[in-house]
Amino acid sequence: MFAIEVQNLTKIYGRGDTAVTGIAEASLQVAPGELVAILGPSGSGKTTLLTSIGLINEPTHGKVILDGTTVADERWIPGIDLKRIRREKIGFIFQFHNLIPFLTALENVMITLEINDTAAKDAKKRAIELLEALNLSHRLNNYPVALSGGELQRVAIARALANRPKMILADEPTAALDTENGMNVMALLKELALKNHSAILVVTHDHRMVENFDKIYEVRDGHIVGEKTTSA
Amino acid sequence: MNLAIRDIRYHRGRFILTSIGLGLLLGVVLSMGGIYWGLIADALSILDATRADIWVVQQDTNGPFAESSRIQEDIKYRMALVPGVAQASPLSFQTVQIERMGKPFRFFVIGYDLNGFGGPPIIFAGRNIRQKHYEMVVSKGMKMGIGEKIHLGLHDYTVVGITNKIVSTGGDPVAYVSLSDAQDIQFKNDNNAIRNDRERVSSWLSGIQTLSSAQAKSLKQNIAELKESTHTVNAVVVKLNPGANLTKVQERIVRWNHYRAISNEEQSKILSKGMIEKARMQLGLFRIILLIISAVIISLIIYTSTLDKIKVIATLKLMGARNRVIVGMILQQSLLMGVIAYGIGYILIKLTYEKFPRRIELVPFDLYALFAIVVAICIISSFVGIRKALKVEPAQALGG
Repeated sequence: MFAIEVQNLTKIYGRGDTAVTGIAEASLQVAPGELVAILGPSGSGKTTLLTSIGLINEPTHGKVILDGTTVADERWIPGIDLKRIRREKIGFIFQFHNLIPFLTALENVMITLEINDTAAKDAKKRAIELLEALNLSHRLNNYPVALSGGELQRVAIARALANRPKMILADEPTAALDTENGMNVMALLKELALKNHSAILVVTHDHRMVENFDKIYEVRDGHIVGEKTTSA
Repeated sequence: MNLAIRDIRYHRGRFILTSIGLGLLLGVVLSMGGIYWGLIADALSILDATRADIWVVQQDTNGPFAESSRIQEDIKYRMALVPGVAQASPLSFQTVQIERMGKPFRFFVIGYDLNGFGGPPIIFAGRNIRQKHYEMVVSKGMKMGIGEKIHLGLHDYTVVGITNKIVSTGGDPVAYVSLSDAQDIQFKNDNNAIRNDRERVSSWLSGIQTLSSAQAKSLKQNIAELKESTHTVNAVVVKLNPGANLTKVQERIVRWNHYRAISNEEQSKILSKGMIEKARMQLGLFRIILLIISAVIISLIIYTSTLDKIKVIATLKLMGARNRVIVGMILQQSLLMGVIAYGIGYILIKLTYEKFPRRIELVPFDLYALFAIVVAICIISSFVGIRKALKVEPAQALGG
């Protein structure tokens, strides 16, 4: 069973003459423990695909199946609690980390757990474990403004992992980082995918990082134009 | 984890400054209420100090606090004979402004019968008036010491006692003197004026050929007595026997003596409704305007603070946060700001209200009501921010 499965997904913005196709007839699969990339230039439809899989953008056509549950078939399946699925099964990593500026590194990780009704004590324990594993034990009580770019992204990764999600969706996680930090982040994601058996789907236009992925879907002008399995 | 508290902790400088600003505004709103209640307390302070049951005043007038009321002092004897009346005592009122230490010094003189009632209710320092003449008890507000002298009319008066803070309806501090002294201050002319008056009467009488010299002399004497009499008062206050029927006593005074008999309650209404109503409306309107301004300020602050957090809100939504987490954050911040600002305003007024030139009366009901209004304003004001926050799309968390 795939953690993420997309069948013929199409997303059209607007109607009539003003309609714009964001993504058309896209199909992809990501298995647990797999690190998969959606590669393409700006405006190619990568983020549209990611947001549809992330239950943010309702597809116009097609099917989205997450962890064996069909969440969209032409449209969202009625009665499905999208927020709950996002909360419990998906971890997000963003291009600009999106850490909450008024929370410390520790609190930024804890908030994911507390949103998911984890008791504060347990949330703190889990957050400290994660941040220590990512070599951030000395930064627990620092606000984002005091952290470096690499540290910020590692806190963001810790936050995405906090809930032990089945899948992690990353939107350009290395775009704001230099090559060395970008490589470190990718290596970390790869390690986590294997260790936690999570499906990790990364949207990127950064060709420097391609060697890290198990599979690459190339997107151009709203279409998946190629699928490549690497030996990484 | 309380996101509202975390945000405030991080932006504490901005939050404290905003709360202080809002607190000052709410302090003004509180002081407006205090001024209003102070006006009422001031207006009723003489009534409270006098403790009369009925105010007998000139017929068809509203009494000495509303308009001119002049009656003869000796009607106190007739009032004392009315069934149900325990005691009747004449009172005289006048506002005096003199020069003292190079500055205008304005106060309100109450003359009372030393054997009756209506004098100073309590003596804080010194003693009450014992001599019939030239002694004075002043209220605290006059800021005079025992033994100090003041020149009024034709004579000097010595302060022998200090009473509590009693003021006239105009807010002037009160001074008590004996009734005869008050009448002298108000009506007695100096010798030159008396001589001139007598000459004028003599000249007028000499023009009447039909009068014999004996008649003219007698007439001149009678006119002089009438003109120089000072036995006029502004009201006679009446205390009733226990169990006496107030309405019946009032009716009897009106029917048989042709005066107006105003109960203490009616006198309070005349003072509070007639004299304070406009001030009340003005202060009330001003308070409403200030509360609207507070509401607008809170709304703007919460709205701009929400705009600052759009990305945070979008991220929280993307992470699957329930709406109540986001609504709670905005609402709690708004409420905290309102409550802290109210506290600042309250402390400010508590620390300064005694330094105001006029009385500020902080009434518990008023304080609680304003607190409830501030809480309601905070809730309503946060709706603008909440509405904006609920419209934020999780997708806004993506991209730059």
